[in-house]
Amino acid sequence: MKLASIKKRLPSGRHWILSGPYLWLLVFFFLPFVFVAKISVAEAALAIPPYSDMFDWLDGVLNIRLSFANYQWVLDDPLYLYAYWNSIRMAFWSTLLCLMLGFPMAYAIAKAPKSIQPVLLLLVLLPSWTSFLIRVYAWMGILKNNGLINGVLMWLGVIDDPIQMINTNFAVYIGIVYAYLPFMVLPLYANLVKHDQSLLEAASDLGAGKLTQLLRITLPLSINGIVAGSMLVFIPVVGEYVIPELLGGTQTIMIGKVLWQEFFNNRDWPVASALAMIMVIILIVPITLFHRFQNKEIKP
Amino acid sequence: MSKHSRAQDEVLLSIKNISKQFGEMTAVDDVSLEIRKGEIFALLGASGSGKSTLLRILAGFDTPSSGKILIGNDDITLLPPNERPFNMMFQSYALFPHMSVEKNIAFGLKQDKMPKDQIADRVSEMLRLVHMEKFARRKPHLLSGGQRQRVALARSLAKHPKLLLLDEPMGALDKKLRTEMQLEVVDIIERVGVTCVMVTHDQEEAMTMADRIAIMDEGFIQQLGSPVDVYESPINRMVAEFIGSVNIFNSEIIEDEEHYMTLRSADLDGDIYVGRGVSSGIDERQMLFALRPEKTFLSIDKPEQSHNFTAGIVDDIAYLGGHTVYYVKLKTGKIIQCFLANTERRAERPNFDQPVYVFWQDDAGMVMRS
Amino acid sequence: MTGARFSFSKFVFWLGITFLYLPMIILIIFSFNESRLVTVWGGFSGKWYVELFQDQQIMSAVLRSLELAFYASTAAVILGTMAAVVLVRFTRFRTRTLFSGMITAPLVMPDVIIGLSMLLLFVAMSQYLGWPQTRGMMTIWIAHTTLCMAYATVVITSRLTEMDRSLEEAALDLGASQLKAFMQITLPIIAPAVVSAWLLSFTISLDDVVIASFVTGPGATTLPIEVFSSVRLGVTPKINALATLIILTVSSVAVGSWFLTRRLNTRLSLQLAQK
Repeated sequence: MKLASIKKRLPSGRHWILSGPYLWLLVFFFLPFVFVAKISVAEAALAIPPYSDMFDWLDGVLNIRLSFANYQWVLDDPLYLYAYWNSIRMAFWSTLLCLMLGFPMAYAIAKAPKSIQPVLLLLVLLPSWTSFLIRVYAWMGILKNNGLINGVLMWLGVIDDPIQMINTNFAVYIGIVYAYLPFMVLPLYANLVKHDQSLLEAASDLGAGKLTQLLRITLPLSINGIVAGSMLVFIPVVGEYVIPELLGGTQTIMIGKVLWQEFFNNRDWPVASALAMIMVIILIVPITLFHRFQNKEIKP
Repeated sequence: MSKHSRAQDEVLLSIKNISKQFGEMTAVDDVSLEIRKGEIFALLGASGSGKSTLLRILAGFDTPSSGKILIGNDDITLLPPNERPFNMMFQSYALFPHMSVEKNIAFGLKQDKMPKDQIADRVSEMLRLVHMEKFARRKPHLLSGGQRQRVALARSLAKHPKLLLLDEPMGALDKKLRTEMQLEVVDIIERVGVTCVMVTHDQEEAMTMADRIAIMDEGFIQQLGSPVDVYESPINRMVAEFIGSVNIFNSEIIEDEEHYMTLRSADLDGDIYVGRGVSSGIDERQMLFALRPEKTFLSIDKPEQSHNFTAGIVDDIAYLGGHTVYYVKLKTGKIIQCFLANTERRAERPNFDQPVYVFWQDDAGMVMRS
Repeated sequence: MTGARFSFSKFVFWLGITFLYLPMIILIIFSFNESRLVTVWGGFSGKWYVELFQDQQIMSAVLRSLELAFYASTAAVILGTMAAVVLVRFTRFRTRTLFSGMITAPLVMPDVIIGLSMLLLFVAMSQYLGWPQTRGMMTIWIAHTTLCMAYATVVITSRLTEMDRSLEEAALDLGASQLKAFMQITLPIIAPAVVSAWLLSFTISLDDVVIASFVTGPGATTLPIEVFSSVRLGVTPKINALATLIILTVSSVAVGSWFLTRRLNTRLSLQLAQK
């Protein structure tokens, strides 16, 4: 006896709960991208809002105005292409730096006695809860020409003229690592803490030294954490705006900054949208990768 | 077995052709059962046998792929768990950690919108039933395992359900406590008079507590009967081996008459003589002969009977205090078990590598087809 | 590993901690510097704090941001709890991947993209639906709720998966409806996660400058926007004072609530430990 009537049994409460957040996200997260796509194929105009209408009636005939000029404009210009390339490049190196600094840190916490692990974790995460803006700002005061480091070095007589640290790529790297380090440590720690200590003991029993244990056992088992942490740093850094704006110089061309300038300074919404679409396309693969790893955490 | 073998034969619950598939896998395969009012019924099986799935279907947490569950004439197959007149005691007890013992027990009554004073009365009644009056205000994490079990039991009985479901009731207790609680829980259930279906993998538990046992394997019921039936008259090898220990011999029918039959086994010296026949067909020559270890006798001298005996050598001895298990190696190399109760404190017993004779009575063993 | 004389990882750990905290400590110290210059110590002074509190623009921005963060976190947590329930309890439904994708994407999506896209949505909505008329606190609230909801969902989901499912089933078995079982049993048990999700959302909302810049309107300057526009022009001691206050407030709230959650958690895990 088939129970197709099972479907009637679904309490309506189930659908109600499902729809709330789902609808919200569909409207306020997913739908906006449709509009970005739409505007990216419009033309800039002296209007409010500053783009041309996609549809308009002319003599009773519906015209659809679609222009890929923006994309052409972006892809033809070596400056924009450089911006993308530079953003990816800088994001890559910052992620690597975060990883090199963050892995030993996460490892140290995971190996600490159980009772103080939460304290150590709190210590690492606390800065990330205070204002991101403030913390980047703090570095301005330290790195600028009449800032702390230069002041101390000159006072010590080590240098005569201030070293240009602010408004350089160097400052941007420091800023990024400073801001994003906790985001690397957390997933690494979450992974490392689940490692079975007895695996290392078994390896040791079989003759493996500390380094071998690390490379052959710990590292391979922490791949999930490494990928999650790396994605959590890499993806947002590609589109980062605040740090290059405050700490970077005119030669620090990152796509987030370029987008902002196109939008706010040039009032060129269509180009900004095209830039955004291209950024999303570039980031689709890492985002999907991140999503896959997140899901692994939800369903172990 | 409960004192209650007065089995009122009134049927409380009918399970008709219940099947459950998970994708390709069939967890429950066309199971039909009738649960009698007032009995304690056990679903016994190993993990993966389908018993837990069946229990969950009864409770309403899973819906069957096909089949019906009826109480009287009411089809409750599709009823959600909160509308069924059943209550379940979970394996992990599932006591609400943020509520006291009192509040835990009262929870179900509150859902029924029972008046406050009645709830209070019922809760005290339950606390008295399980001897937990002193712990009314405590939170579960401050109770021992046995105490938590009592609270869980009280909570599941508070609503006077038509059917009590127990999911591995003794699973979370240590061995000593287990035996004690088995009898106590049965006592409580009988005092309340509720019908009970329990699920367990522990055959001792099922034998101790249940009036009737259904042995499940691979999703269907292998055998259904009282503990005595299931132990002394297993219908197949699986059931025979699942409960207690058993020696099984491959044998061939020599004679099969109405009142007796003889079989021959390569492992045994003498022929097997059984006091009743099994009406085998012409093609059925191969049978299994099952002999429980406690039904055997050991002697150094050859016994007088001409059948139901064999010679062997004591291969291993396990002294278990109350009885001793002798592992006897037969001429074919097969090793069988023989239990001997240690009725005398220090008696003359066979020793390692000693040649012995094993023998048994005519009605001691069972013949099975598979 | 007993008696490690020199542990590389421990060394790097404390190096990292120093790296993380030093700039903040420097900031705090110099907020009390009489002199404007970072290179000169002019003596201990609280005058920048006085100037800060007299700055009406900044003060009203603070209140605005606090209010906004409150409403955004509350909405984010409510939606996040619902989303977590869906993700954990309903394992099979069509387009689940889309749903979970929309939940995790905001966690990594660059702010400029979120900001731009939401602004274009609001503009289009205003064109076709007439609402929102003007952008401002309402639109920022919507944007923040959307962003914070992702974080809230992640936090609550992890706690929900840890919870023993049989507790909910027991409640159902005893006659509670699905909703009652959730409110009376599940919610109290995941409460610590809900609280930390709320706090996390609060800090995220309070801190956001990029998205708010995109979707804001006249008269709705949030604190981060104020600070950012001020800071682009250079280091100012008033901002140092503000920064110090923010750091100290957030730290005390974070540490305080962390202790509270730990206490709640240890109590609950004792209660839950059925072994």
